[in-house]
Amino acid sequence: MSDKPVTRRNFLYITTGTFTAAGAASLVWPFVDQMNPDASVKALASTEVDLRPIAPGQSITVLWRGKPVFIRRRTPEEISEAKAVSLDELPDPQDDSARAKNPEWLVMVGICTHLGCIPLGQKGEYNGWFCPCHGSHYDTSGRIRKGPAPTNLEIPDYVFLNDNTIKIG
Amino acid sequence: MSDNYVPKSAVGKWFNERLPLLDLIYGHLMPYPTPKNLNYFWTFGGILTFCLVTQIITGLVLAMHYVADADLAFASVEHIMRDVNYGWLLRYIHANGASLFFMAVYIHMARSMFYGSYKEPRELIWIIGVFIFLLMIATAFMGYVLPWGQMSFWGATVITNLFSAIPIVGESVTNWLWGGYAVGSPLLTRFFTLHYLMPFLIFALVILHVWALHVPGNNNPEGIDVVKGSQDTVPFHPHYVVKDLFALVVFLIIFAGFVFFVPNLLGHTDNYIQANPLQTPEHIVPEWYFLPFYAILRAVPDKLGGVILMVSAIAILAFLPWLDTSKVRSAKYRPLYKQFVWLFFANTIFLGYLGAQVADGMYLIMGRIATVYYFAHFIIILPLLGYIEKTKPLPKSLSEPVLSKKEKEILASGATT
Repeated sequence: MSDKPVTRRNFLYITTGTFTAAGAASLVWPFVDQMNPDASVKALASTEVDLRPIAPGQSITVLWRGKPVFIRRRTPEEISEAKAVSLDELPDPQDDSARAKNPEWLVMVGICTHLGCIPLGQKGEYNGWFCPCHGSHYDTSGRIRKGPAPTNLEIPDYVFLNDNTIKIG
Repeated sequence: MSDNYVPKSAVGKWFNERLPLLDLIYGHLMPYPTPKNLNYFWTFGGILTFCLVTQIITGLVLAMHYVADADLAFASVEHIMRDVNYGWLLRYIHANGASLFFMAVYIHMARSMFYGSYKEPRELIWIIGVFIFLLMIATAFMGYVLPWGQMSFWGATVITNLFSAIPIVGESVTNWLWGGYAVGSPLLTRFFTLHYLMPFLIFALVILHVWALHVPGNNNPEGIDVVKGSQDTVPFHPHYVVKDLFALVVFLIIFAGFVFFVPNLLGHTDNYIQANPLQTPEHIVPEWYFLPFYAILRAVPDKLGGVILMVSAIAILAFLPWLDTSKVRSAKYRPLYKQFVWLFFANTIFLGYLGAQVADGMYLIMGRIATVYYFAHFIIILPLLGYIEKTKPLPKSLSEPVLSKKEKEILASGATT
C-alpha cells in the first residue's frame, strides 16, 4: 500500500469500475444461458414405458432426453451371474441390487461411459454389453469389467408406477 | 499520430514490433487530435458503432435458435420468446436495437447536414456513410421479414414487387428473387443468409468510414478548418472518450426503457399473426424508419415512377457534397441555409407521418407536395443558396467565438508583447 491518502477521486474510480464490471457480468449471463437446455427441452424430461410386451431375455431401447435407455428383462441366469460376482473383481464396485430396483428389470442409460457410443447388447466377454468403438466390456448388470470405460453404465432416475409401467426421469 | 506509442510490457513490445496493431488502435483512440468544441451531436458515431456491435452479437445468438423455413420460422420465433433462456430479452434487444440504430443514424446524418460535414475534404466519408445507410436499409428490411408474420410476409411481397416495375425483365427478375412465383420459403432462406452477411459488410464500411474520417479529422460546430495539434484540438482520450461514454449511457437508458417497458411500441401487432399468403392485412405499413421513403413511393401515381423516385430519394444523398455549392460548412454562419435545413428536417418528418396514413384524399395531395419539396431542397434550393446567400464572417479559431471582447483585447495586446 502506498501512503497516499484515499481521495474522492479514488472512491469514484473504484465505484464506477465495480458497477461497470457487475453490469457487464450480468449482461453476459443471458448470452451464455441461452445455450443451456431451454424450457421446451426440459418439458420432455420424463418418459413413461409400458413393460408388458417385453418377454424374459428381451430388451428394448427407449429415447429419454434424446439419449437411448436400455430396458432389459433379465433371465434368471443373468441375474444369478450378476449377483455372484465378487465386488473385488470390479473396477467400479457396485452391488447388483444397487443397480436394479426389481432384479428382473435392468434400466440404464445406453451410453458407453468412455466416449459416448452405444454398446451392443448380449455381446462381449461377460455376456452383457460390448462397446464397438473402443472395446469396453460390461456384464449382465451393466458394470464395466474390461476396457477403457471408467465407470458402470449410468442408471437413470426411474420409478415403477405399477407392475407394468415405469417412468424414467 | 502514433509514432510515440511504446507498449509497456515485454510481450506488448515483442508483438508490436512484429505487427503494429496496438500502435494502430492506440493512435486512433488515444492521442487522435479532435476539435475542442464538439457538441453532443458528435457522440452518435460511437453510439452507432455500439448499435452495430449489439445487433451483430444478439443476431448471432438469435440465429442459433431461429429456423429459416416458411413452415417453421414463425414457430421458431415464438420458441425464442417462450422457451429459450432469456430469448425474449435477446429478441427484444435485437428488434428495438434496429429502431434505435435508425434513430441514431438519422440524428448522425442530420448533424452532418446541419454542420456541413459532407463538404470538401470529407466527401468520401459522407459517400461511404450513404452506402452504410443503404446496407442498413436492406439489412433491416430483410430482418423484418424473418419472423414470418403478416407484416413480414406482405412487406416482403410489396417490396420485392417493386422490381416488377422494371420494364421488360421485371417479371423474370421478381421470380428470380423469389425463387418461385410468389413469396415463400426460398425467399425467406436467402433473406436470412443476406441478413446474416450484411452487418459484416457494414462493419467493413464502418472501418473505412472512420479511416477516411481520421485523415482530415473531425468537422466541428463552427465548420472551420482546425490545425491538428494546435490550441484548437484536444486528444481524443480522455476528452471525447468520456463524453462519448456519457452519451452512450444516456442512450442505453432510453434503449433499456424500450426493451423492458414498451418492447412492442415500435413494432406492429399484425406481425404476431402468422403469415397468410391468402389474406393481406387491412393496412400495410413498413417500420417507422422507412415511412418517409414509403410516402414518396406512394405519392407517385405511376408504378415505375414511384419506385424510381423512392430510390432517388436515397441516391441523391450521395451527390449532396456537389449539390451544395456553398463553401461555408456550418449552418451557424449561413442564415438562409439554417432555415432551409430545418424546413427540410421538418418536411422529412412530415413525410414520415404521411407514410403512416392511408394514401387517400388530402394525405395523398400533401404527400405529393412534401415529395416535391424533398427533391427541391437538393436540386433547387441547395445549388442556388451557394450563390445568393450572404454568409456571416467565419471565426479565425475555435476560441474566438467564445471569448469576450475584453479577452480578445488582451489576446491581441498579448500578441505584441
